[in-house]
Amino acid sequence: MIDTLARRCLDGDLRAVARLISLLEDGDKNAFGTLAALKQRSGQAHVIGITGPPGSGKSTLTDKLIGEFRASGKKVGVIAVDPSSPFSGGAILGDRLRMQEHATDPGVFIRSLASRGRLGGLSKATAFALRALEAAGYDIVIIETVGVGQSEIDIVKVADTVVLISVPGLGDDIQVIKAGIMEIGDIFVVNKSDRDGADRVVREIRAMLETQAMLKRGRSVDAGPDTLSARNAEILHHGQNDLRPETMPDRADPFDLPPVMKTIAETGEGVPELCREILSRFEDAKASGELEKRRQASIKSQLKDLVGWQVMDYFVDHEENGRLDNLARAILTREIDIYTAARELFSALIKGERQ
Amino acid sequence: MERKIRVIVAKPGLDGHDRGAKVIARALRDAGMEVIYTGLRQTPEQIVQAAIQEDADVIALSILSGAHNHLFPRVVDLLKEKGADDILVFGGGVIPEEDIPFLKSKGIAEVFGPGTPTSVTVDFIKTHLKRE
Repeated sequence: MIDTLARRCLDGDLRAVARLISLLEDGDKNAFGTLAALKQRSGQAHVIGITGPPGSGKSTLTDKLIGEFRASGKKVGVIAVDPSSPFSGGAILGDRLRMQEHATDPGVFIRSLASRGRLGGLSKATAFALRALEAAGYDIVIIETVGVGQSEIDIVKVADTVVLISVPGLGDDIQVIKAGIMEIGDIFVVNKSDRDGADRVVREIRAMLETQAMLKRGRSVDAGPDTLSARNAEILHHGQNDLRPETMPDRADPFDLPPVMKTIAETGEGVPELCREILSRFEDAKASGELEKRRQASIKSQLKDLVGWQVMDYFVDHEENGRLDNLARAILTREIDIYTAARELFSALIKGERQ
Repeated sequence: MERKIRVIVAKPGLDGHDRGAKVIARALRDAGMEVIYTGLRQTPEQIVQAAIQEDADVIALSILSGAHNHLFPRVVDLLKEKGADDILVFGGGVIPEEDIPFLKSKGIAEVFGPGTPTSVTVDFIKTHLKRE
């Protein structure tokens, strides 16, 4: 039965792929057996992550990218994640709405996933769904995250290329230099670039990237506790342009920086250029060995997540005797402290495994 | 983990009135279902492909244009062609009483007119799911 499902997925049977994804979402144990049978095909697709704030045009841009990739004959899978209600557990998955033009194209498979309580911009099952689409032979898989704010960065754990979308009018240049999401883009896109302020956003992102590169270089040239602060002081005194010749001597090398591109997704303007950039960066990363390193790091962090989830599941499954409730009560009445309690629970779990 | 009920809410045909469809989508969401909203002016082919890729349990069709006698049965027929007739199909919108027996004979499980309480629709889905 399970082998049949795996076989059908490998043959590109859409119903089988769709059903396997649902089973994986529901945490069906057999479905993970099916996924294991598909492992030879994992890593076959170029995985593109599209992330950015709500309403920035992620779905519309994804729709246009599908068109570009299809024109070059590639099969495209799309996983679009939208949030689940924290109250009812239900969801309205509306990303597909912008991509329905491709619904009847046999070379396109679009699947909407609800985040189901995960807060990193993806759902737990996103990486599993990706493997199912790879098995079914999709050359490119585009993953569109939930509309994100500042720190939902799970997409870096699954995507080979992260496209980070900004739009004009969201805030000042301090937003751009904050830690978190602005650090994960491989390609930066300023969408709705026909709006006022688009060029300013482009400049701010570029300035952020240049400063980042400069700081990195400063650190690697002569690492020392004072290097960074000295550089920062120089920036304050002279402004970064004065610094550039010194800290970034080879200006023929600006391609080290992630590109900042302008698009108008609604009309498709800038999309062919974006598409070329996505593909050429991927080819470069593959050739330089960077891709393999990145994927290994991604897999490692997925592995850690999976172990963490299994531990959580174990506690939930073994909750029938009210152990957690009793402990919570004991912590509340100060019989035991929360750190000791957590350590004891964990030790009990490890011992249980060994028996 | 309990299995989520997944519902496609679609508007076949050419009318541009999706307020009812959005109210239903919202009500199903609040009942804990995952609702895939496909938007306006969908062909039966687009709706059926979406239902297959999304592994939907249910397709909820909303129509106000008067073309229900043509479009609703077409959705059911396409599902049969694709071997996906375990997906429950029902409809709503402005549909004359006298057309309902015909639609039911064509495989539309139920037709809900204007003013149907959303709880009726929610209960209908829960009790009529074809998949276990």
